[in-house]
Amino acid sequence: MNNTLYLFISVAVMALVTYLIRMLPLAAFRKKIKSKFVVDFLYYVPYAVLAAMTIPAVFYSAELLPAAIAGVAVAVVLSFFERGLLTVAVAACAAVFVVELVMKSL
Amino acid sequence: MPNFKDGLKDGLPIALGYLSVSFTFGITAVKMGIPPLTAVLISLTNVTSAGQVAGIGIIAEGGGYAEMALAQLIINLRYALMSLSLSQKLDSKYNLAHRLVTAFCVTDEVFAVASGKGSELPARYMYGLILLPYLFWSGGTALGALLGSVLPEMIKSALGIAIYGMFFAIIVPPAKKHCGVLVVIAAAAALSCAIYYIPALDFISSGISVIICAVIAAALGAWLFPQKEEEGDIADE
Repeated sequence: MNNTLYLFISVAVMALVTYLIRMLPLAAFRKKIKSKFVVDFLYYVPYAVLAAMTIPAVFYSAELLPAAIAGVAVAVVLSFFERGLLTVAVAACAAVFVVELVMKSL
Repeated sequence: MPNFKDGLKDGLPIALGYLSVSFTFGITAVKMGIPPLTAVLISLTNVTSAGQVAGIGIIAEGGGYAEMALAQLIINLRYALMSLSLSQKLDSKYNLAHRLVTAFCVTDEVFAVASGKGSELPARYMYGLILLPYLFWSGGTALGALLGSVLPEMIKSALGIAIYGMFFAIIVPPAKKHCGVLVVIAAAAALSCAIYYIPALDFISSGISVIICAVIAAALGAWLFPQKEEEGDIADE
């Protein structure tokens, strides 16, 4: 398949679906969702999505597994104490960097 | 009533947070074989972290368009709820044209800030709120995609975890207070690991895996831990 065409259509599909999800309720809906189950389901969706995307992928996000594990540990502890998104992200990166630096210089 | 400048002020912290995450998105995309220009185009047209990360995963695997559409639908479904909630907060002069533009940039953080405003919101406030996050999200992606190739390997390896760090920061605090969220996260993680590590399930691609895990785990949560009526109307992130 033509690679440029594939890329272009894939991005267009992504953008269109994402836009429609945001646009339709904003443009058309004025009433609240009635189904209790659907509302609860939608409430849990972001957490389920983020957890599924993070685990186990995060453990392979760095070059060395122990470094990634250290990064996850730092991220979980800082998140537990409710640090901001930026702080948690930067600290996790720093942990990975330090552990890889130590392991590679051994 | 809040004006354009109030919006800019409220949007700046969001924009700074986006800069670091989109920077690593740019690096990650290029590392996965996505051309830099495509990575920037994705950020310009999507403006969503989780959906974009899943999207480049699907593109890198050469996944189909239906898989892409379904993955984006499931991952970004939460925006429908946010847009719905936001639609009740806009002022009476918020016409269809303004709504069509605003819809483009309803992100978790923009929604959170807009929901926290006491008054009804005019279009000029929402445009102020959206502007900087949108520019920094796209600009950060471009920087990451371009600088990614000149950065040392060690730095790139370390930055790979940034986006997941942000995900942890979003899911851990509510899991502490809400048993249902904790169970949903644990269930989604367990399912995701099962699909990843069980050889017989190798045929399931990463995009489809996220869909399967999210639908089962969120349904489980809605079934076992229904919310009290009064807190069930918006996804409070």
